[in-house]
Amino acid sequence: MSALLEVKDLVKRFPVRRGLVIERTVDYVEAVAGVSFDIEAGKTLGLVGESGSGKSTTGFCILQLMRPTSGSVRFEGRELTELDGEDLRRVRRDAQIVFQDPYSSLDPRMTVGNIVSEPLQVHKVGTRRDRRARVRELLDVVGFDPAYVNRYPHEFSGGQRQRIGIARALALSPRLIVCDEPVSALDVSIQAQIINLLKDLQAEFGLAYLFIAHDLAVVRSVSDHIAVMHQGRIVETGPANEVYTRPRDEYTKALLAAVPVPDPDRMRERKEERRRLRGIVAA
Amino acid sequence: MPLLEVRDLRTHFFTREGVVQAVDGVSLAVDRGQTLGLVGESGCGKSVTALSIMGLIPRPPARIVGGEVVFDGRDLTKLPERELEDIRGQRIAMIFQDPMTSLNPTLTIGTQLMETIRRHVDVPRSEARRRAVELLEEVRIPKAETRLKDYPHRLSGGMRQRVMIAIAISCEPDLLIADEPTTALDVTVQAQVLDLLDELRRDHDMAMIAITHDMGVIAEIADDVVVMYAGQVVEQAPSRELFARPEHPYTEALLGALPQLEDAASRTGRLTAIAGRPPDLVDPPDGCRFAARCPYADERDGCAEHMPELRQLRPRHFVRSEHPASERASAREGAPA
Repeated sequence: MSALLEVKDLVKRFPVRRGLVIERTVDYVEAVAGVSFDIEAGKTLGLVGESGSGKSTTGFCILQLMRPTSGSVRFEGRELTELDGEDLRRVRRDAQIVFQDPYSSLDPRMTVGNIVSEPLQVHKVGTRRDRRARVRELLDVVGFDPAYVNRYPHEFSGGQRQRIGIARALALSPRLIVCDEPVSALDVSIQAQIINLLKDLQAEFGLAYLFIAHDLAVVRSVSDHIAVMHQGRIVETGPANEVYTRPRDEYTKALLAAVPVPDPDRMRERKEERRRLRGIVAA
Repeated sequence: MPLLEVRDLRTHFFTREGVVQAVDGVSLAVDRGQTLGLVGESGCGKSVTALSIMGLIPRPPARIVGGEVVFDGRDLTKLPERELEDIRGQRIAMIFQDPMTSLNPTLTIGTQLMETIRRHVDVPRSEARRRAVELLEEVRIPKAETRLKDYPHRLSGGMRQRVMIAIAISCEPDLLIADEPTTALDVTVQAQVLDLLDELRRDHDMAMIAITHDMGVIAEIADDVVVMYAGQVVEQAPSRELFARPEHPYTEALLGALPQLEDAASRTGRLTAIAGRPPDLVDPPDGCRFAARCPYADERDGCAEHMPELRQLRPRHFVRSEHPASERASAREGAPA
């Protein structure tokens, strides 16, 4: 059986332009430089890396929110890079995204109810009444009080807003959600609520996640498989526990050693490890 | 006597919506050569505490309505602005989360460094320049000499933070306050900057207050830890003790809410989320501010009505709760079967 999502040799190149009046392309930056991975239905791939590693661009290229320069993205057996217009829109019902910043990703002029029901309207799902019932159901599922359906996003905290974003992503019953740093703007106690929610939803609806994040501890807590990105390439990939306990790549080792762990006794050993690996990251 | 001692500090913001009790009962102390970690979630008052110590709170709307900030024997809250200005920069320096907003984008690194040096000590330009190069080398910026001519935007985030640190230590401060110094940085860069701060603290025998939301950062650099919640200190202990034997239900919950990097069962388990949110500081509850989210709060003991005092449980270990972990354990043992 083939995987739900198959990404092969994905490349995204951005032009570097110079000149004020007459712009010309002087060079290209390869943000994603040949990335391949699969995601099985119901599973999570954690895509980790530091800023500028190309992990978010990879997510955008998969959903065709940005068109890749080359490579293949097969989702449910269909080649997304060849689709456009109505065909692409139909596929998007099954592949949704949750963004990092719940402050800027929700339209401030729309009510919570309208934000969550918009995907249903766009895809002409059900009657107005069906949609209203579905919105309440969705808000209930993500732990957001449906009584506030007529309020506006700014009236809520970051955690509550992220729940709204998740409810919207769930509206069309997708099979894959790209989660782009979904908890990094949240406080620890709220972050834990959202991570638990994402795990519960996965168990309940059999969702697959592409979980993009820079926090390695957070990624471990949700991922079955891990792909480590560095300068546009995947430098290591494998089952999560294997990558975390027996990293092979030198960059992965340095990255793991750099994470501060909340245990002063472990810090001493970890600092030793870090000193040993110094220089690898700088290269 | 500690270098800095803050006693029952209260900083309130007088706004149209009411009085926000942003800091409402903060006591802490830090010795020369030591690092105090100040940890808490957004809105707990940790940054306002730092700004109050520095005398940098925006007035109005904010005002220190109670407490003392005793630095080297003098109460800074009572000092006239002129004298406070001398202490700031010369004896207490501060670095912030985002170095780009604290550096002037229109001036070179060299100009900004030399300006700070010459503002505090009367030396010729050539001497200030020599000192600037030395400082950049001390914060491990490669090719310091040529970097002097660079503008801030030419540098990476980590390099900018190093420049900020160089400016902060240029006048050999006794106390360095670092407010989320590595939050904007990548994890590998964060590790280097934390190591640097720790070395500087040692080499210069400085006291340091490290403010962060990250328990990992605390474990890495703090000797003592102060945990803040809703404007108050809820627990204080030596770092090792705090992580090994947390007492306050909030501290316990905060540690339980953290995903563990080295936990193989992390994928299958659930995190202990803390239900609800911190209270509104315009109208905080009379009793314990954590009571509404506390799994141990009980109507009978009245902790929702009366504010618990910060009390000592063990040597150097303080807690503001009626239900610290060690007392819950002994209560269970003492209970009739």
